Amino acid sequence: MPSSDAPLLEVTDLATHYGPIQAIHSVSLEVHPGELVAIVGANGAGKTTLLRTLSGVQPASGGTIHFDGEEITRLPAHRIVARGICQVPEGRQVFAPLSVEDNLRLGGYSQRRDGDWVAQKIAEVYALFPILHEKRGQLAGNLSGGQQQMLAIGRALLGRPRLLLLDEPSMGLAPLLVEEIFRVVRELHEAGTTVLLVEQNANAALQIADRGYVLETGKVVTSAPAAALLEDETVRKAYLGH
Amino acid sequence: MLDQILQFLITGVTVGSTYALVGLGFAIIYNASGVVNFAQGEFVMIGAMSAVWLLAVGMPFPLALLGAVAITTCVGLALNKFAIEPARGATVITTIIITIGAAIFLRGAALLLWGKDIFALPHFSGEETLYFGSATLLPQNLWVMGVTAVLVIAVRWFFDRTLTGKAILACACNKDAARLMGINVGLMLLVSYGMSAFLGAVAGILVAPIAFTSYDAGIMLGLKGFSAAILGGMGSSMGAVAGGLLLGILESLGAGLISSGYKDAMAFTVVLLVLIMRPSGLFGRKAADRV
Repeated sequence: MPSSDAPLLEVTDLATHYGPIQAIHSVSLEVHPGELVAIVGANGAGKTTLLRTLSGVQPASGGTIHFDGEEITRLPAHRIVARGICQVPEGRQVFAPLSVEDNLRLGGYSQRRDGDWVAQKIAEVYALFPILHEKRGQLAGNLSGGQQQMLAIGRALLGRPRLLLLDEPSMGLAPLLVEEIFRVVRELHEAGTTVLLVEQNANAALQIADRGYVLETGKVVTSAPAAALLEDETVRKAYLGH
Repeated sequence: MLDQILQFLITGVTVGSTYALVGLGFAIIYNASGVVNFAQGEFVMIGAMSAVWLLAVGMPFPLALLGAVAITTCVGLALNKFAIEPARGATVITTIIITIGAAIFLRGAALLLWGKDIFALPHFSGEETLYFGSATLLPQNLWVMGVTAVLVIAVRWFFDRTLTGKAILACACNKDAARLMGINVGLMLLVSYGMSAFLGAVAGILVAPIAFTSYDAGIMLGLKGFSAAILGGMGSSMGAVAGGLLLGILESLGAGLISSGYKDAMAFTVVLLVLIMRPSGLFGRKAADRV
């Protein structure tokens, strides 16, 4: 675990409000280059809000976000993507009325000046998910849930991520597909991608993660190596169901 | 009788072409933001009126036309920059009301600048009547149809073949997901307002030699273009074009065969009937979505 390096992502005392309601209270966390970090917690703990704030889609109301040593807290979303933070949003959010291939091209929007790289990366995504190649001309809205999740991951990879944010990739998928998606996430991690994974499926997430944070009502309550969290009695009772 | 119908069709397609361009403008902004821009008709008026004005101050004809299109496009960009963008985060309904306010403002500004007179532009290439079978048409009719055809194909190409076009569609489909792709949603909206104003201006200038223009000409043309867009299915750009042509032809046939007094009423009745029987419009695509 290369956690001695300078962190790639450093979040300090981050807070976010939806109107008068505070969704995140003073969250601090770090992700080091090459790590796979999981954030687990119940529904409504603020996991999705946290990722949306990191991507700049939701404004932060306090604290700072540093990426690769530079502050990005107030940058607009498109600048953050350009720096290499790419997100697979909750519920896939593929562009339903556009074709599979167009979805991937749009994923490469931030890399549009490098057409050769985009073309080559699309071919790589098709190799990773052959079903997407088979359905490349179809509307993304007509794909099954699992295929849409593959498309959403592929689309994020087209943004040339230095940090990949995954929001509930297993949500609403059949167990076999969950396994498939987690296998791909692990492969991406093993190939060197830095990943921040948010999951309700804490067991599956911690199995593949290096480290984990437990989020409860907008606060980090525990952080530890993933293996330790899997063994931790309170975490097991609260999130692992045994 | 048949000759007459041919004549009505020619008129209908000409008028319908301008409705198609205005409707296309509606569809582009609706596609990018879900907002119906009720200032669209004013773009048509500003295009025609500023062309008249530039000619009056002595600019050569082609330059005056280009200048008028440029002025209108800038008005469209300014509308987005100073009225729509500051209200980002507002609901769609609020934004629509802002566009209605902007339309009233633009109409008032035109009244102050150019007065209440009715103006006409000279025909682009003479007024010598051409014969098409037993029907007659003016060179200006051909200008209207030809330029509309070129612009429709260009718009279609832009949305089908370019990444920027697709990015605008992505903003319409899911703004947050578009931002997560690194698409500058504000910039895309600016581009679509510019495009809509451009199309409106061209429509206004093309039809001004035949149909004349005045500070309030935008109201009716805007309503007709809006009708074209909903007739074709709001959000389908080619539907708006088909809706515009259909509306123009129906109007012209109705005026010719039944009574010209009911020309506008007939157009709007057809729109109401379509809305009652097929609320998504004639060519509106069904949502393809699976959660």
